[in-house]
Amino acid sequence: MVEKIKSNPSYQKLISERSSFAWKLTITMLTVYYAFILLIAFSPETLGAKIVAGGMATVGIPVGVAIIIFAFILTGIYVKRANSEFDGLLNQVKEDVAKDVK
Amino acid sequence: MKKILLLLSILVVSAFAAGADLGAGTKADELNVPAIVMFFLFVAGTLGITYWASKRTKSASDFYTAGGGITGTQNGTAIAGDYMSAASFLGITGAVYLNGYDGLIFSIGFLVGWPVILFMISEQLRNLGKYTFADVTAYRLQQKPVRILAALGSIAVVILYLIAQMVGSGKLIEILFGLDYEFAVVLVGMLMIAYVAFGGMLATTWVQIIKAILLLAGTTFMSIMVMAQFGFSFDELFRSAVEIHSKGEAIMSPGGLVSDPISAISLGIALMFGTAGLPHILMRFFTVADAKEARKSVFVATGLIGYFYILTFIMGFGAIVLVLGAEGGAYLAEDGVTLKGMNNMAAVWLAHAVGGDYFLGFISAVAFATILAVVSGLTLAGASAVSHDLYANAFANGKKVDEQKEMMVSKYATVAIGVAAIIFGIAFEKQNIAFVVALAFTIAASANFPVLFMSIFWKGLTTRGAVIGGYIGLISALVLVILGPVVWTSILGNAEAIVPYKFPAVFSVPLAFISIWFFSITDSSEDAKRCQDAFDAQDIRCQTGIGADGAVDH
Repeated sequence: MVEKIKSNPSYQKLISERSSFAWKLTITMLTVYYAFILLIAFSPETLGAKIVAGGMATVGIPVGVAIIIFAFILTGIYVKRANSEFDGLLNQVKEDVAKDVK
Repeated sequence: MKKILLLLSILVVSAFAAGADLGAGTKADELNVPAIVMFFLFVAGTLGITYWASKRTKSASDFYTAGGGITGTQNGTAIAGDYMSAASFLGITGAVYLNGYDGLIFSIGFLVGWPVILFMISEQLRNLGKYTFADVTAYRLQQKPVRILAALGSIAVVILYLIAQMVGSGKLIEILFGLDYEFAVVLVGMLMIAYVAFGGMLATTWVQIIKAILLLAGTTFMSIMVMAQFGFSFDELFRSAVEIHSKGEAIMSPGGLVSDPISAISLGIALMFGTAGLPHILMRFFTVADAKEARKSVFVATGLIGYFYILTFIMGFGAIVLVLGAEGGAYLAEDGVTLKGMNNMAAVWLAHAVGGDYFLGFISAVAFATILAVVSGLTLAGASAVSHDLYANAFANGKKVDEQKEMMVSKYATVAIGVAAIIFGIAFEKQNIAFVVALAFTIAASANFPVLFMSIFWKGLTTRGAVIGGYIGLISALVLVILGPVVWTSILGNAEAIVPYKFPAVFSVPLAFISIWFFSITDSSEDAKRCQDAFDAQDIRCQTGIGADGAVDH
């Protein structure tokens, strides 16, 4: 049974695509976050710069808010693809398994 | 059952009556009547929910995971509720109020762990686990040693987190309602025991959902009221804040909070991986029907938490102008610098500044509800570790344990953890509890998370590797925090800390991973081979959920 599922083409496609997608998104999130942290640690004046001369808001504020929104958008991107493509492949695997059982 | 709940309501009333008597002359200036009325409504409502939930909680599955019948949206709201604790509502608003921009850095660190949890472990957890995350780590390893490790990790995190919440809540209630500190702590403890012991996960989840909605509604209203004062112009808000704040324009840019890169990265690791090792959060993934709903939960939770953090930023700046800059220093203590109560009260006084007594009452009651809901979730997670991991699996020696007996044990454990929380809460009243949260997150990141992650993804993991690596993570986290600045310098009074970092996760997490790896690859026992051979079957269930509908009992 284990061997059968492992050799199922839909299963193999699901595993390779989902894990590479998940890793890519994870690395994207980590890169953005640690770039932000390194900027704070080494170059705080970049984030402290005024957006417009004479204004009060600094570059760091939209950047910070953007990271929060970006994190949410990434989860949305994953959920969307998982709901359509990955669940489709998964159902295919389950159907194949059900056939084998009969 | 009905009688006990009724008794408890009477107790709450009498505690208030007694507390009001004692408190009148001591702590509070005046009794906050709207706050108390709203508080009673909340307590009555939640006890009602507990009564309703208790009738629907019959099996162990009902008790631990609400029978798996929570929807993704409900669960996402409850997760957000778990995360929007009093510490983050009051703490982050307070941090923005004190330091401006630096407060936002904290919020971002707390949030970015969520997408990673979604991509890496949420669906896997749902597919492999049943009641606790130890179900996942012990899936193909030897039950006893792995369960004991997971239970110790869970209980350590739960107790530490509980202490922080109990002390915070005692202080908060002391100020808001004029109740004595001890009364407040006992009250919180009794209510949380009732919610958990009678209502299980169903009651705990609904209390959390209701509180999350109230908190989001309240903070939205406050932020809109703040922005309205400045014609919805952020520039105006910031300009007024800079004029009033003693640090001036420094509040607009990153400051001393994250001074050296190692601390910053370490904090990031602790927050990100710590979240993925908090037992009360991980447990929520077992309350939904399948991987799809687990996924949706994280999406909803990330959105709500992110939205909430953006609001805390607005509220913090609003508090600088409207609370710190209030006419005649109305909200300041006698020294004219700190806030009445403590600086963490910025959000609460802001509520009064924008909405008067009634809104202050509402926000106070919501803050109290927040504490109750979070401690209930924690207690349930701790009790599950005792009854499910220790009693029903680790010490059952392979015998099948009667489900009703297991539930009885978890109820006893609930009472024991509740009583312990009350005692610790009172004992730690005067202590600096900042290290407690650092420790909880560091243990979660160093002991729970590495074992969980490796058990899901790494075929080569063996029982020996998981157990030795897990304990090394646990002990190194403990030792590094004790030798660090918070305990060694601030609490023990030594001159210089041996380890200069508050969050030592940057060392302890890799150490745990390397130990797990090393003690696995050098393990050539029979059992190691069995563990590795069992990976393929586990991986299929993990990836597809086939067999996850309770059919596989282990």
